[in-house]
Amino acid sequence: MTIPADLKYTKSHEWARLEADGSVTVGITHPAQELLGDMVFVENPVTGRKLTQGEECAVVESVKAASDVYAPIAGEVVAANGDVENAPESINQDAYAAWLFKIKPDNAAALGTLLDAAAYQALVDSEAH
Amino acid sequence: MLKQTPLNAAHRAAGAKMVDFGGWDMPLHYGSQLEEHHKVRGDAGMFDVSHMQIVDLAGEGARGFLRQMMANNVDKLTLPGKALYSCMLDEKGGVIDDLIIYFMREDWFRIVVNAGTAEKDLAWMEAQRAKLAPQLTLTPRRDLAMIAVQGPNARARLWAAMPGSQEISEHLKLFQAAEMGTMFIARTGYTGEDGFEIMVPAKAAPFLWQALREQGVAPIGLGARDTLRLEAGMNLYGQDMDESVSPLESGLTWTVDLASPRDFIGKQALTSQAVARQLMGLLLLDKGVLRGHQKVITAQGEGEITSGGFSPTLNQSIALARLPAATATGETVQVEIRGKLLSAQVVRYPFVRNGKRLVA
Repeated sequence: MTIPADLKYTKSHEWARLEADGSVTVGITHPAQELLGDMVFVENPVTGRKLTQGEECAVVESVKAASDVYAPIAGEVVAANGDVENAPESINQDAYAAWLFKIKPDNAAALGTLLDAAAYQALVDSEAH
Repeated sequence: MLKQTPLNAAHRAAGAKMVDFGGWDMPLHYGSQLEEHHKVRGDAGMFDVSHMQIVDLAGEGARGFLRQMMANNVDKLTLPGKALYSCMLDEKGGVIDDLIIYFMREDWFRIVVNAGTAEKDLAWMEAQRAKLAPQLTLTPRRDLAMIAVQGPNARARLWAAMPGSQEISEHLKLFQAAEMGTMFIARTGYTGEDGFEIMVPAKAAPFLWQALREQGVAPIGLGARDTLRLEAGMNLYGQDMDESVSPLESGLTWTVDLASPRDFIGKQALTSQAVARQLMGLLLLDKGVLRGHQKVITAQGEGEITSGGFSPTLNQSIALARLPAATATGETVQVEIRGKLLSAQVVRYPFVRNGKRLVA
């Protein structure tokens, strides 16, 4: 399963998951890591940083290229995953387990503006051609 | 329509991610670029380099023509089969291409040039031939394919895959080639490991590829080819040098023969220019990845990264950078990455040779 049905997605290939505590966990998708190749560097936003929706806030670099990560939703960064910074290859192993950061959203309802799994699958399919 | 090598179907069957590489449909990787890199450093891997252009120069006086054409001195080639790495310069001393010349006989030299520059090179060589040595012939060998087998076990794997190849190649010294029927085996490469580059008729290439695979030689894509050559400190045409820069500012002084009285195209320009910059190695001390075109700030002025990336062997980022000539190894410099200044150490390269780390 490369595009889990229970997540939300962006056109820029981030995934987002609303947690029970109200925070939103963010990562990059399986198709994105596949396109980028072996990951070698992750730079996360510092906790406490306020993000607007669509703001550039992290960078992932593969052996091939650097790629910006955009905030799927507005809010405050409440956690950054140090494990993935120390082991960027974990994104290649499981892009949905290797989360990048967590946001406390200004308005969780804004998640509704993101793509669902079917719409994201359609986007990936269209970009493959 | 992209050009295809005779191994195109083999790459696709092996699950390669194919990319447009200068008009050629080539494999970037077959799954993991990092694994492919380590495979070459630790065992053996093979590259389809059939997109590179083989050119045969034939006729009486071939050596004299190359004396005028090449910045390195073909008179270093005394033993048949011996190879020489050289730049081919224009009158301004800019690098038209870097290439390898094999001396086979006095009336036959084989030249291997880069894929992306092949048409330009052929036009230049043909124009000079018509002017300087009209008795010679230049023949692009589009009927040949080339496979590079590289790594500590490359020799043994080739010998097991190809009966008769051991006898012909086991005594070859570095940068030496031999013929075996329609096959041409050279102990050369672009990885910093031992191995061979093998030229065969295009139709035979898929069989050699398959025979090598059956001996456990992994196919390696262009992605790992780039990280391997960067670790090995080998220049890449179009990134580390081109027509706008002198070889003396591109880490290629060792390939330019200014000592002999021989004249060659570009010599006058080189001897009249000041050498203000030099190519040096960088080791990133902070976390991140060095990339081409990033700005380098030194105590002597600014420079620029020409090739940068992540070194899988060193597990940190490395680069080649064109820096002010007064920059010394051991200095710490700053590299601007996305608006931030990160620290890097200036080092002598190569970074890696024969599987071993060479930088502290």
